[in-house]
Amino acid sequence: MAAVTMRLPVVRAPLDSSAPRGGEKHLVAPGDTITTDTGYMRGHGTYVEEDKLIASVAGVVERVNKLVCVRALKARYNGEIGDIVVGRITEVQQKRWKVETNSRLDSVLLLSSINLPGGELRRKSAEDELAMRDYLQEGDLISAEVQSVFSDGAVSLHTRSLKYGKLAQGVLVQVSPSLVKRQKTHFHDLPCGASVILGNNGFIWIYPTLEQKDDEAGGYTANLEPVPLSDREVISRLRNCIMALVTHKIMLFDTSILYCYEASLPHQIKDILKPEVTEEIVLEARQRLLDLEG
Amino acid sequence: MASVVLSEAEKLYILHGVQEDLRVDGRGCEDYRCAEVETDVVSNTSGSARVKLGETDILVGIKAEMGTPKLEKPDEGYLEFFVDCSSNSPELEGRGGEELGTDIANTLYRVFSCENSVDLKSLCINPKEHCWVLYVDVLLLECGGNIYDAISIAVKAALFNTRIPKVRVLEDEEGTKEIELSDDPYDCIRLNVDEVPCIVTLSKIGYRHVVDATLQEEACSLASLLISVTSKGAITSMKKVGKGSLDPESIFEMMETGQRVGKSLHIALQKILDEEERLGTSRPKVGFLG
Repeated sequence: MAAVTMRLPVVRAPLDSSAPRGGEKHLVAPGDTITTDTGYMRGHGTYVEEDKLIASVAGVVERVNKLVCVRALKARYNGEIGDIVVGRITEVQQKRWKVETNSRLDSVLLLSSINLPGGELRRKSAEDELAMRDYLQEGDLISAEVQSVFSDGAVSLHTRSLKYGKLAQGVLVQVSPSLVKRQKTHFHDLPCGASVILGNNGFIWIYPTLEQKDDEAGGYTANLEPVPLSDREVISRLRNCIMALVTHKIMLFDTSILYCYEASLPHQIKDILKPEVTEEIVLEARQRLLDLEG
Repeated sequence: MASVVLSEAEKLYILHGVQEDLRVDGRGCEDYRCAEVETDVVSNTSGSARVKLGETDILVGIKAEMGTPKLEKPDEGYLEFFVDCSSNSPELEGRGGEELGTDIANTLYRVFSCENSVDLKSLCINPKEHCWVLYVDVLLLECGGNIYDAISIAVKAALFNTRIPKVRVLEDEEGTKEIELSDDPYDCIRLNVDEVPCIVTLSKIGYRHVVDATLQEEACSLASLLISVTSKGAITSMKKVGKGSLDPESIFEMMETGQRVGKSLHIALQKILDEEERLGTSRPKVGFLG
């Protein structure tokens, strides 16, 4: 039975912000004066006009001693060493792959920075260079860690650990990088039955939890068996919950996603994206998060 | 068409999901995403509508202008379609977007070529001399998959919203005809949109077909069938797109699904248009600042 729902648009009101928030953030819009004190050094996102420090982007003011800068809320991903990212291969070049990670420049994955299938450790030869496309093709998704940042801002990745590598069956959700909270680990096995990788660049990968934990594969053999329906439902529900959290600009980390998932259980999966249901479950998740903090 | 690149494993996941009637966002194979429809968003047009279907965002504006009727149909007005896709990704700017735009415009001409979809005789003022020409401009603001369906919904909503001023033809002694516009700005004719068809796109993924495919699902489907269906379930035109092939049996199945889904689509759309009409000026206009 076909289900077609249409509605008239409604002005989306921001969520009820009566809950007290610890530590007031100084939010600015482009053109807002940050300070008129001339003793500060200006950093990124600011400029000086008529002895006033004015913001040039919309974001949060960050002050480190005498340096004032504005961190934009909606910006491309800026790589930092040690970040976990999920990327998509866009090009196969001579000794490296170009990876798209939602940053200003395509990231680079050198042939010498990957683990070969089977976990062998050897120097890559000319045959390996010719067989690059057998390992990673255009369109493939990988999870990797940032090894270094070039002077122009481009990021160099590496997959030199058995937990990184090519990703198999699952769902990719693209969000703004500023919504992913920095944590100790970004690989989570959620108790609801699926696993999630929260890439710092805003690419979130949801996939069915692998049963066997042995790492002989090294991340290259893709499991092409059909995923069971129960796992699919969990993955779809998680995907919709993440979209709901993103709509209301809630920070994404394992606890917030889990709370949102639990709040959404009474509803059908496809109803989660309806505006009124989204608001209801996000409010409940936010309440639980505040109770956790307080 | 703007498309995303997917890995083989992702495509396989989507394919298996469709076979089990559970798509990535939890919908069934015959479910549409939630659509938002608003009419009368552009003030200097005769009729306009904006439709948001998931990520896809379409704006349609209709301007009624006076012109001469076509030679083969002297007592009818006509519609002209123009589609602009340039506000999308860089690959659709300039010539790339033009190809897609002409494609969509030709599809719309074909869909509306059916004789009784719009009452063209009511658009005639003076046979052989004057008639109303409706210039339908479609703007593709954001492409999130399934643009044909969204465009046809927006065109129907805009036609429902179109108000054409009433004119009278005065003939004086010498035989020269003068056209007089009515003084009252609210005195206008509305079009009957009961027979206007809507396009339903059925994308074949694996062995099954889905309605309202997202960009990811479109990347997995090799062939799609565009069916234009009226509110009574009559199919007015059909077009196959994509480089894959379709089995005749699956075409029959897709046609049946298209008729079923098309009827539900019309019912939902008419309900929303009637509700908007009923609320009239008491509804706060959202427009582009929502």
